[in-house]
Amino acid sequence: MSKGILYDATKCIGCRQCEQACATENGLPYDDKIAAQELTSAHKLTTVVTKDDKFMRRLCMHCEDPACASVCPVGALKKTALGPVTYDKSKCMGCRYCMAACPFGVPKYEWEKAIPGVRKCIMCSKRVAAGKQTACAEICPVGATIFGDREALLEEAKKRIHDNPGTYLNHIFGETEVGGTSVMLLSSVPFNNFGLKTDLTERALPLYTYQVLSRIPDFIPLFGTMLGGIYWITHRREDVAKAEAQEKANHDKGGAE
Amino acid sequence: MTVPRMRFTFWKAVFLVIMVAGVYCTFIRFFRGLGASTNLSDQFPWGLWIGFDVMCGVMLAAGGFTLTAAVEIFNIKRFHSIVRPTILTAFLGYLLVCAALMYDLGLPWNIWHPLIMRNPHSVMFEVAYCVMLYTTVLALEFSPIVLEHFKLHRALKIVRSVMVVFVILGVLLSTLHQSSLGTLYLIMPNKLHPFWYSPLLPVFFFLSAIAVGLAMTIFESSMSSKYFGRELELPILRDLGRVLVVVLALYGILKFEDFYHRGILGLVFKPSYEQRFFLLEIFLSVLIPLAMLLVPKIRESAQGLYLAAVLCLLGFVTNRLNVAITGVENAVGGRYTPKWTETVITAMFVALGFAIFGLAAKYLPIFPEEKAHLPALRESVEGAASDPALVVSELAVPVHAGD
Repeated sequence: MSKGILYDATKCIGCRQCEQACATENGLPYDDKIAAQELTSAHKLTTVVTKDDKFMRRLCMHCEDPACASVCPVGALKKTALGPVTYDKSKCMGCRYCMAACPFGVPKYEWEKAIPGVRKCIMCSKRVAAGKQTACAEICPVGATIFGDREALLEEAKKRIHDNPGTYLNHIFGETEVGGTSVMLLSSVPFNNFGLKTDLTERALPLYTYQVLSRIPDFIPLFGTMLGGIYWITHRREDVAKAEAQEKANHDKGGAE
Repeated sequence: MTVPRMRFTFWKAVFLVIMVAGVYCTFIRFFRGLGASTNLSDQFPWGLWIGFDVMCGVMLAAGGFTLTAAVEIFNIKRFHSIVRPTILTAFLGYLLVCAALMYDLGLPWNIWHPLIMRNPHSVMFEVAYCVMLYTTVLALEFSPIVLEHFKLHRALKIVRSVMVVFVILGVLLSTLHQSSLGTLYLIMPNKLHPFWYSPLLPVFFFLSAIAVGLAMTIFESSMSSKYFGRELELPILRDLGRVLVVVLALYGILKFEDFYHRGILGLVFKPSYEQRFFLLEIFLSVLIPLAMLLVPKIRESAQGLYLAAVLCLLGFVTNRLNVAITGVENAVGGRYTPKWTETVITAMFVALGFAIFGLAAKYLPIFPEEKAHLPALRESVEGAASDPALVVSELAVPVHAGD
């Protein structure tokens, strides 16, 4: 069963313990200065964005059909069966197509390093594989971030909206965006207040490139044959012309004698 | 025929300055990382090196496959004498693209990874394979020039006997990856501005590569005649100009139809940041060159052809930079301008391109021998009579004269 995370902004108190737990889990430094940063980066994989008195967590959405994994030429990024989208630096060659392709701007780069890699939330893939929940869900004191089976979390999100229509926006961010994501967000105020794009297509992004790429195996023999055929025809004409000229020359010679 | 000494000294000095700066920037890039050497950021993971060095580099090298297809496959003999310089340009172009890629990749020593770690769903994977294979094909297409120079007749004969296969493979691979550089961006429907995001992006990239291939051939022939004292093959360039008109017209009409069907024609007339860059691009790449080349007087003149070709090249360079940079700026919320170190590295590759072309033109048989040398050459090359190149270069003028 594919796992997921449900973040309910209406329950969040902005204590940032998820940020701290995430930093510890990923071996990253965490202090007041980093806590004040509201943008994710190579050294801050999740952040709680504050807008007026509302909060919103930003982290990798772990798409069901992720653009980053689809574009990675070497398969360094992978969607695992359990849900997390993981990254393997030993495969990466640093083309950064994942960063260009991600609709949420999630993958970040270690720009300052001479031997850089991509950094992103990997949904604590090791913990998840061991049957544990993510560090952020485990630490959350108010249950704003919960971890579980995606299907169950989706049902829970629908139930919350249904039971408290006045509290929630009738939109589960991540239910259908770019084909659905393993991380889902609930909010009482519009998602674009926090810089989340709400005009995203519901179609999984890899389909856009796959519809072209998938034709290439058919295209190669057809186009190759066409080129070979044109060569054959255009050069045949030449042979005929040459033969005719030869014949004519022979004929003229014969006539002259 | 002789070249003024002053000019060469001046360009040599410019070259030297760029190279010294380039070496310094190379040092910064590899010892202090991408952050220190570029203005790239998490918002702009791709900048000048991808937008110009790679995307424009591949595009500007398109003359190689365009001309070999015309001459070897479509058997248009009168273009034969200009195939070699275009193959040289293409080969050089791809080598420089590969070198530039080593600067842009975060972990360049892993560049070989796609050989064993395959993700066929990735457009980048396909481009990597095509560029790898096509660079090899170009090396083989280029090899007769070197073999001829060193008079390795047996090897020359073997290479020539299988050349058709390489030519077809080259055209196929070029078609695939020229268009695939556009396909790369199909994954960004919510990121790339509608002026440039289109389901037809791969088609536009392919068509513009052909246009640029032709324009680049006109450009380099004009340059060669200016700097190497080559006689300008004006009748051939006029024909290329004519083909360029057709390709540009096709491109323009398809662009119009695409905009019409996606309902964004109105955007063209609405002032915006993107609109300015789009208008610049479309006027330079299509509208002005097309208008110029449709006037017989301009199309027939060496200067007119040269100017139209240069505008066309600048226009399509703008197009690639628009796709890579302008078109995503508002979506990611920021502006990107390259750092001086990025610009210097790019200038270094351009300078290297010109310098190596010059050297190759000087020491290798890139241009067909002048008429007077023909018999001598024929004797020197074994089986020359069966070599279409030589037969053709003699035929070329009379065939064309009737035009």
